[in-house]
Amino acid sequence: MDVRKTYKLFVNGEFVRSESGRAYRPDGKVNVPRGSRKDLRDAVRAARAAFPGWAGRTAMNRGQILYRAAEMLDGRAAQFIELLGGGPKARHELDQAVETLVWYAGWTDKLSQVTGTVNPVAGPYFNFTIPEPTGVVAIIAPEESPLSGLVRRLAPALCGGNVVVALAPESSPLAALTLAEVLATSDVPAGVVNIISGQRKELLPWLSSHMDVNAIDAAGCTPEEIKAIEESAAINVKRVIKVTSAEKSPYLIAAFMEMKTVWHPIGV
Amino acid sequence: MALTKKQSEALAKPVFEYAPAPESIDHVKIQPRYGLFIGGRMVVPHSKKRFPTINPATEQKLAEVAEADDVDVDRAVKAAGKAFDSWARLSPSRRARYLFRISRLLQERSRELAVVETMDGGKPIKESRDVDIPLSAAHFFYYAGWADKLEWAFPNRKARPLGVAGQVIPWNFPLLMLAWKIAPALAAGNTVVLKPAETTPLSALLFAEICMQAELPPGVVNIITGAGKTGSLLVSHPDVKKVAFTGSTEVGKAIQRAIAGSGKRLTLELGGKAANIVFDDAPLDQAVEGIVNGIYFNQGHVCCAGSRLLVQESIAEPLLEKLKRRLGTLRLGDPLDKNTDIGAINSRAQLEKIQGLVESGIEEGAELYQPECVLPERGFWFPPTLFTNVSQSYRIAREEIFGPVLSVLTFRTPNEAVEKANNTPYGLSAGVWTDKGSRILWMAERMRAGVVWANTFNRFDPTSPFGGYKESGFGREGGVHGLLPYVELN
Repeated sequence: MDVRKTYKLFVNGEFVRSESGRAYRPDGKVNVPRGSRKDLRDAVRAARAAFPGWAGRTAMNRGQILYRAAEMLDGRAAQFIELLGGGPKARHELDQAVETLVWYAGWTDKLSQVTGTVNPVAGPYFNFTIPEPTGVVAIIAPEESPLSGLVRRLAPALCGGNVVVALAPESSPLAALTLAEVLATSDVPAGVVNIISGQRKELLPWLSSHMDVNAIDAAGCTPEEIKAIEESAAINVKRVIKVTSAEKSPYLIAAFMEMKTVWHPIGV
Repeated sequence: MALTKKQSEALAKPVFEYAPAPESIDHVKIQPRYGLFIGGRMVVPHSKKRFPTINPATEQKLAEVAEADDVDVDRAVKAAGKAFDSWARLSPSRRARYLFRISRLLQERSRELAVVETMDGGKPIKESRDVDIPLSAAHFFYYAGWADKLEWAFPNRKARPLGVAGQVIPWNFPLLMLAWKIAPALAAGNTVVLKPAETTPLSALLFAEICMQAELPPGVVNIITGAGKTGSLLVSHPDVKKVAFTGSTEVGKAIQRAIAGSGKRLTLELGGKAANIVFDDAPLDQAVEGIVNGIYFNQGHVCCAGSRLLVQESIAEPLLEKLKRRLGTLRLGDPLDKNTDIGAINSRAQLEKIQGLVESGIEEGAELYQPECVLPERGFWFPPTLFTNVSQSYRIAREEIFGPVLSVLTFRTPNEAVEKANNTPYGLSAGVWTDKGSRILWMAERMRAGVVWANTFNRFDPTSPFGGYKESGFGREGGVHGLLPYVELN
């Protein structure tokens, strides 16, 4: 007789039950926690607290941690392939997820060189522009590609130093919840990634109107959901990211970044 | 070193009496009434409605301008839509030529533009002459050069224009904000419909003349005037693919809500409540100049104004003494006078807003300081003002005043300065004054703001990206980053 796993939310580096005590069965068999508004609140709090530390890591260190996550994910390939339904399609999706993590791991220490600038202003000033993480990013994982769909959005956000509250795909959350186990063993500091499962319809309004969320990645949402998200995002001028390109891109990293410009006079 | 009372009184008295030095206005021809600039020519508004634009320094009417209604907005957007295909397909180097031409025309007509800007908006002529107009021309010159180099701006991608951009700009830097909006949009191959603020429409209407002089193809730039209603019609028009707004956070949020789900691209440059932080090792006299420039430049009608002075406790007293003395030397009055430091408040509504917030500061317990200052009888005026004993919870420390009002707070440690500076929903700019290089970089890293001025303040340049964190908006204007909001990357 096998020892079954109870799936849990991933908040502040810990695997917790939903405070609501509720569950739902996306596949009719396994109980998955149905996260609540309060779970989101806890996740946003944890993310906010983790933000200065993660943004303050050296770019090299963030790259190493993302690469470590790729190693851990690849090491559990068999488990994920099974979760994704087995076969070559599942294998391909896992490979994509691993490749995405590796690719962005190599971007952490190149981003400011590619998107930053030194600006030749008309005057005796040294002036430069650098990308900085925008802060707490909410990611609504797309329903298709339950693993690589999330990783494709998670990796660029983390790459630049953002912290994340991710909503697992409602219809197939197991890969996302298991990805939390990978991250928990990859030296990702507690709170940097938080993964909540539950019902999108219930959670989206709270997430998109939360005052301490800086950006929301809505690429995995329907047009109706995007409209609702954009309406409530205005409450604190959230950045709503809709770049849907499946391609890996530094422009996607930049979508999660702020540009900061610094001036200083030159003189003796 | 503290001065005796007698010494500081003596220093506060002006050494020179300044004779009036008004800029001449006889070379400027303002028409009695203006239409809308649609499809390359000035047209009579469908609405048949006009409203006056006044000189806030005299309350005299300068001209009547059109109030565009839904039909006018639709005509303008259609004109821009019609012009889009050929403008986007025009060889990039030709687009560049037009922008270079516009830049040159702005330089050639700089004096006229400066005078009109000052008469319509109330800002000192030395600012419109030395800041607004030259920077506007420089902005067009800078983006002109990008028009045929987009493949170097976005490596590995093809940058395509979006279509018609609907742009709404504020009254504090009318022509400069126009340049920030129109230059990158056109360079990337978009066409535009721009609405200037209702209190300062004249320089945009002069710009319409410049477009004609430059023989810009009809419909590439359209200028429609009106108030908030016109702006809201413009941003909501279904054929507008890109919305760019500079103005208050309140209106910015309303726009974000209004266009939700429409698929329009949006950039917002909104309010601010910047901290200007002075450490105990800062060169105080330079810092005083920076503080004055930070909050009294353009009567404080600046979204990135250094409206919260955070001063290290140990130097608060000598710094404030120097600052108060300096306030006494600021010359308030006729904006057209070349010696004027502080001009007129842009409108009666803005004056009332400033007065209301200043009253709240007094009521909440802050200590008011204003130098002796004679205000002209006509027009809208507010003396340079500073508040001490300000708590972070006071409205004058939290809300954007958009006037010549400085709130002074103190701190002891760098960490406290960071906490207080970032304790605001805004994040547009910040200032740091210290002699220590490592501390400048440490502070610059921690400011949650889009622009950090270290040992300087309120500097602008077309090559330098500008824009906010948090509720100060998103997107950047200026530099290569300023092109991004106007392109689709394929």
